[in-house]
Amino acid sequence: MADELMIDVENLTKRYAGHTAVKDLTFSVQRGEIVGLLGRNGAGKSTTMRILSCFMPATSGTARVAGCDVFTQADDVRRRIGYMPENNPLHVDMRVREYLKFRARLKGLSLAQSRSRVDDVLEQCGLGDVSRKVIGHLSKGYRQRVGLADALVHEPELIILDEPTIGLDPNQIRAVRQLIKDLGKSHTVLISTHILSEVEMTCSRLLILDGGRLLMSDTTENVLKVIGGGQVVAEIAAPASDLKLCWEQIAEVEHYDLSPAEGDYTRCALTPRAGVDLRPVVFEHVRQRGWKLRELHQSKHSLEDIFMHLTRTDREEDEL
Amino acid sequence: MRVYITLLRRELAGFFFSMTGYVLMAATLLLLGVSFSLLLESLNADAVDVPITELFYRTQFFWLILLVVSPLITMRTFALEKHTGTYETLMTTPVSDAQVVLAKFSAVLVFYLVLWSPLLAYPWLLSRFTGDASLLNPGALGGTYLGIALFGAVFMAMGCFASALTRSQIVAAMIGLALGMALFLGSFLGSVHPPRADWQTQFYRHISMVDHLQDFCRGIVDTRAVAYYLGLTAFFLFLTLKSVESRRWK
Repeated sequence: MADELMIDVENLTKRYAGHTAVKDLTFSVQRGEIVGLLGRNGAGKSTTMRILSCFMPATSGTARVAGCDVFTQADDVRRRIGYMPENNPLHVDMRVREYLKFRARLKGLSLAQSRSRVDDVLEQCGLGDVSRKVIGHLSKGYRQRVGLADALVHEPELIILDEPTIGLDPNQIRAVRQLIKDLGKSHTVLISTHILSEVEMTCSRLLILDGGRLLMSDTTENVLKVIGGGQVVAEIAAPASDLKLCWEQIAEVEHYDLSPAEGDYTRCALTPRAGVDLRPVVFEHVRQRGWKLRELHQSKHSLEDIFMHLTRTDREEDEL
Repeated sequence: MRVYITLLRRELAGFFFSMTGYVLMAATLLLLGVSFSLLLESLNADAVDVPITELFYRTQFFWLILLVVSPLITMRTFALEKHTGTYETLMTTPVSDAQVVLAKFSAVLVFYLVLWSPLLAYPWLLSRFTGDASLLNPGALGGTYLGIALFGAVFMAMGCFASALTRSQIVAAMIGLALGMALFLGSFLGSVHPPRADWQTQFYRHISMVDHLQDFCRGIVDTRAVAYYLGLTAFFLFLTLKSVESRRWK
C-alpha cells in the first residue's frame, strides 16, 4: 500500500527567519500521476519542491518519496527524483552533451550507462541538433529542454519541475507541455505553476496552495466542476427590462449584470450557480422569445477566480 | 570517488574554459617573471651569502601572488554557483557535502599549483645561463616548493570558506583577501612587540609566515610549521563544510 504512494507529505512546515513559507502541509501523490502544484507567487510551491528534492529540510513534519524519508535517506531520494529548479540554472560554459554527461555521472551512472542515457534523452527532448553547442548560446526554449533532459537522464521515478514553462513563447510552451505529457506515461510528475490553463491540459490532479496552506486537492475535472463555469456573456437585442425579468426567472443564474453595447444590443454578464453550463439555457430562452443574439460565450477561469471562489467559500463557512 | 573526480574535472574545466583562468595565469606569469629578473639583477650586483631561493621570496612580488591572486582563484568556487543557481541542481544530486567541498578545494589547489609551475623552469634557466650549478641547492629548492604548496593549501581553504559564506564573488574575494592579509600580517607581530622571553614572543614566532618561509627557503623543513599549515587547511575546510551544511539548519 505504502509502495503505491510516490510522495507522502505529512504536516510539513518550513519557517524561514521571519516568515513561514509552508504551514502544516499534508498531501500525497500516487505512482504514475501527473500532479500540478498551483498557487500564486510566494504560495510555498518552490519551498515544497526544494524540501522534496532534499535541497533543504523542513522545520517540522515528514516527507517521503517512494517510501524514503527526505531527511534521513536523502541520497536514496535524490537518486529517485529528477528535479528542475525555477529558472532552470545551467552551466552556461559547457556544451549540451558534455553537461548532460557530467550530470549523469554525478547522479551515479557508469561511463557506458551515461553515454547511452545521454543519447536517449537528447533524442527524447529534441536536442540532437544542438548537442555540440555551448549552452550559453542556446535559446531559452532549448535551455529549458536541456534542463528537462538533465532531470530525466538518470531515469528517475519522480520528476519535479518548478515552473517549467516560465518565460517561453507559445510554441515552446506547447512543445514543453507535450513533452511533460509524454513523460507522464512512464513517470510520476509534479509540476508547479501559477497558470491555470497549463495544469488544466497536462495534469490529472491539482493541489492548490495559498499562503503556504493546501487550499484544495482534487482531480482537475472536479476542481473545475466545483468552481463551476466562468461568467457567460451574451449580447442580445432586447429591452433591458425584459432581459432583467428573464434572468430573474432563471434559477441557474446567480447574478447578472447588464450594460449597453453598441447598436441596439445589451451586454449581459451572467454568473451561473456552481457546476451549471448556462449557455444552452440562455440560448433556449432567447429562441423562445425571438430575440436577436449575436454573441454567446463562457469566459475562461483564471487562477484569481479560483482563489476568489475558494477563499469566499471559506469565509462563508466561517460565518455559518 | 567517481563523483569526486567528475566534480574535480568540472571545476578545473571552469578555469580553463573561461577567461578567468587565463587572466590569472598571465598576471601570475608577469609577477613571477619580474621577481625572477629582479633576482638576477641582485645576483649581478654585490655578492650575497644568502641562498638564491631566499632572494626570490624577498621580492614583494612573491607575496603579491599569494595574497592577491589566491582570493581571485577561490572567489568563484561556491559564490558563482549560488549566484547562477546551479548550486541547487548540484546539491540535489546524490553527492555529499564533503565530496563537494573536497572537490572544489582540490580543483583550486591544482590550479594554484599550475599558476606556480613556471617556477619549476627557473632553476634550469639559471644553471643553463650562469653555468654555475652550485647556485642551486636541491634542498633549498624543494623546501621553497613545499612552502609554496603549503601556503597555497591554507589560502585555498580560506578562500573556499570565504566563497561558501556568500553568493557574491566580489564579497568572497574581499573576505578571502582580508583573511589572507590577517594571516600574513600576523608575521610582523613579533617585530612590532619588543622580543621578550615570554610566551607571546614564542607564539608570534610560531605563526610567522615570513619566518616559516625563510626556513623553507634554506631547506629547513620544520614539522611544526608543516603541521601548522596542514592544521589551518583542515580547520578552514571544516568551516567550509559547516557553512555548506548550514543551509540545513539556517
